[in-house]
Amino acid sequence: MQRIGVFVCHCGTNIAATVDVKAVAEAMKIEPGVVFSTDYQYMCSEAGQNLIKDSIKEHKLTGIVVCSCSPRMHEATFRKAAQSAGLNPYMVEIANIREQCSWIHKDMIPATEKAIILGKAAVAKVHLNTPLTAGESPVVKRALVIGGGIAGIQTALDIAEAGFEVDIVEKQPTIGGKMTQIDKTFPTLDCAACILTPKMVDCAQNEKIKIYSYSEVEDVKGFVGNFSVTIKRKARYVDETKCTGCGICTEKCPMKKVPNEFNLGMDNRTAIYIPFAQAVPKVATIDADYCNMLKNGKCGVCQKFCTVGAIDYKQKDTFVEEKYGAIVVATGFNPIKLDNFDEFAYSQSKDVITSLEFERLTNAAGPTSGTLLRPSDGKHPHTIVFVQCVGSRDTSGCGKTYCSKICCMYTAKHAMLVREKYPDTEVYVFYIDVRTPGKNFDEFYRRAVEEYGVHYIKGMVGKVVPRSDGSIMVQASDLLSNEQLHISADLVVLAAAIEPDKSARSLATMLTASMDTNDFFTEAHPKLRPVESPTAGIFLSGVCQGPKDIPETVSQASAAAAKVIGLLAKDKLTCNPCVAEANEWMCNGCSSCEKVCPYGAITYSDKEFRMPDRTTAIRRVASVNPAVCQGCGACTVACPSGAMDLKGFSNSQIMAEVDAICK
Amino acid sequence: MIFSYYPGCTLKTKAKDLDRYGRKSAEALGITLEEIPNWQCCGGVYPISKDEIATKLSSVRALASAKEAGQDLVTLCSACHNVLKQVNNDMANDEEICAKANRYLELEEEYHGETNVIHYLEMLRDKVGFDKIKELVKNPFTGKKIGAYYGCLLLRPGKVLQMDNPENPKIMEDFIRAIGGTPVIYPMRNECCGGYVTLEDKALANKRSGKVLENAKDMGADMLITACPLCLYNLNKNTDGYDVPVYYFTELLAEALGVKD
Repeated sequence: MQRIGVFVCHCGTNIAATVDVKAVAEAMKIEPGVVFSTDYQYMCSEAGQNLIKDSIKEHKLTGIVVCSCSPRMHEATFRKAAQSAGLNPYMVEIANIREQCSWIHKDMIPATEKAIILGKAAVAKVHLNTPLTAGESPVVKRALVIGGGIAGIQTALDIAEAGFEVDIVEKQPTIGGKMTQIDKTFPTLDCAACILTPKMVDCAQNEKIKIYSYSEVEDVKGFVGNFSVTIKRKARYVDETKCTGCGICTEKCPMKKVPNEFNLGMDNRTAIYIPFAQAVPKVATIDADYCNMLKNGKCGVCQKFCTVGAIDYKQKDTFVEEKYGAIVVATGFNPIKLDNFDEFAYSQSKDVITSLEFERLTNAAGPTSGTLLRPSDGKHPHTIVFVQCVGSRDTSGCGKTYCSKICCMYTAKHAMLVREKYPDTEVYVFYIDVRTPGKNFDEFYRRAVEEYGVHYIKGMVGKVVPRSDGSIMVQASDLLSNEQLHISADLVVLAAAIEPDKSARSLATMLTASMDTNDFFTEAHPKLRPVESPTAGIFLSGVCQGPKDIPETVSQASAAAAKVIGLLAKDKLTCNPCVAEANEWMCNGCSSCEKVCPYGAITYSDKEFRMPDRTTAIRRVASVNPAVCQGCGACTVACPSGAMDLKGFSNSQIMAEVDAICK
Repeated sequence: MIFSYYPGCTLKTKAKDLDRYGRKSAEALGITLEEIPNWQCCGGVYPISKDEIATKLSSVRALASAKEAGQDLVTLCSACHNVLKQVNNDMANDEEICAKANRYLELEEEYHGETNVIHYLEMLRDKVGFDKIKELVKNPFTGKKIGAYYGCLLLRPGKVLQMDNPENPKIMEDFIRAIGGTPVIYPMRNECCGGYVTLEDKALANKRSGKVLENAKDMGADMLITACPLCLYNLNKNTDGYDVPVYYFTELLAEALGVKD
């Protein structure tokens, strides 16, 4: 028979205001096996913990029940306290009488009644608890960063700085991400390339960092501390080890009409290409969709001109398998497609562009060498209309419900740069709200209005009408003066909402990491664990978790790196002992559990059994790898013969709880 | 293919051509349109109000009648199409409206939005197929630059009508291609013509229609097509100076199929 102690917490008034805690403690005294029951104001405080420790020793308790807040909050605290008093930590049960009782009820009498029932259920369970010992698993001291934008680069550099090896997997031919396409950065207006490219070079030169460019994650197996990842290295038809990045092939390639994605299709590149001058690695890649040699075997010019013999038309995709202790997701974002927003005539006029296209039009390495010219006729625009919130904060269902966060600031930047470079240009910005919190951000926006004379108008644009004379009629409402406006513009710039990269969804499935309805990765706690995924060993960096500007992305990237370093610094990880176990005598080898196990923790093997009649029989039975099992319990429900049980949450324990509640 | 057909009152008075050419073309395409017996006015746009049940009843009667025949219900007039689809959606999804309407009508069998309502253009696209129409065209509109005028009622609200993307539609452009013409995409094609406002404030309605025509002309349209009698009325009042004639799409279809007399 167990000797059980019950500790009822007031949590200040959080519990005590709605639940009669003294009555709960009193009621628990008569429960079978309970030898001690008391209440205290803050059980998690040092004095409260000491009360538990002293009581365990004084009353020789073999199990305790703490009636307090959610186990997510303080189960670990109370387990630790019990352990220091010599009790096995898994002999502690929590009855959640705060989140599941006092916080959600108003009336004291029924709330107290419910708290007593929850306490009784925990007592019934603890009767069946057995001491459990956590095992240990080793940590592979190498990290994987998926995505080589500024988020992934910063995370990798910080991890490498701490002395751990780190690999970056980037699906594009170069690392750098979206930041490479940006011209200037707010609020200081320094050039994006000038601050980013040194970091890219640092990555390439750091011997702890390995870059898998033009590669994708194909498969992920394993668990925290011991992931096994298959990386697909897409065929680039150029030997990376030989190519010097001299660029002769890109000059000689006769296929010159390939839309250049780096400049968002506003100019052309060749079929063999280096995305931009500062690419890392600076290696050419052949675009198989356009290369004549790969399509029909007629060309071979690049091979002829390559001085180091790096061109290999027969190259195939290869697969690399690597082990990692931690994985950081840094898959970034894309602007949304504007198909649902044709009121802005994006598909109808070349002079209606997105903000990212605008960045390229003002960038010295862009299609116009940095001179702002209209894409349609190459003329200088004299009136520019910026439209904010295109697809952001949208409740119609066409766009995204969230605020994309970066648009207010970059639009202010664009408006200011135009007025600075071309003072003869009138600039209008239509907005719903201007949101510029952040260090020196609001001052930046005010400069655009006050010093640079940008016309900020509160109201949305309803219709953009391109006309045959090349002008664009913008129809909008000015909400402050309650007027309809018609502006004849030369260029319209749309601040398109941003969304997570399309690859994020399939990656989340591979990593068993959760996502929200917008496909942003979910953090373990929105306030207190913002860079960890709820899946152990998976960390989040940058916009894949939610819209962010560059300073915020870099902060989060470094935070994720700190978490990874903390993990990799450990030699062993303590496993959760609450894992499944198969009763081999009851198992009939049906494989039901194996099919539902999301972690691949269950295997089958033939085993010899000595039967009651002294013969030996060979039977196929399940066994669980305790290092891989995460204790989700799916197998215990799937098993038709009841052979699977979860330690610490066995079927008999759960039934005992139910019985206690229904009694 | 046999469909129940709801012409609507305007198609029997002001918009006889929309109806007549629609029927002739359907015949040429091997489709039988069975006019619902004893149909009544759909109620104009009044049934869209949430708090009034009486205005919805005649639409429910038409919908129930098609259900009884076991046929999809084809509409032609943009306004009737909008009303019938919206009322049908209410009958399927708004329990209160559905219960009230059924109590009021005392139909032999209760109606819960079972009928599939499709616009004539949807019938051409989904049931016949624009490729098939292309094959059957005898007098193609080769070289003709035709602008589709959608107006406001044909596609919106997009979630209920489920016909095409209201901001970037293509069903009429695909239709124009099917009859051999060249579609002209102009931004004002899905803006309002002024609608019923013409009764109240003629100048405003004229301004709206004028903008549509101006934009269509500016983008190079030789003519416009529409599915809405009210749009045709408003646009025709304002064609002065633009020289862009406006036709019902069924008239062009009949001509292309060689059944226009």
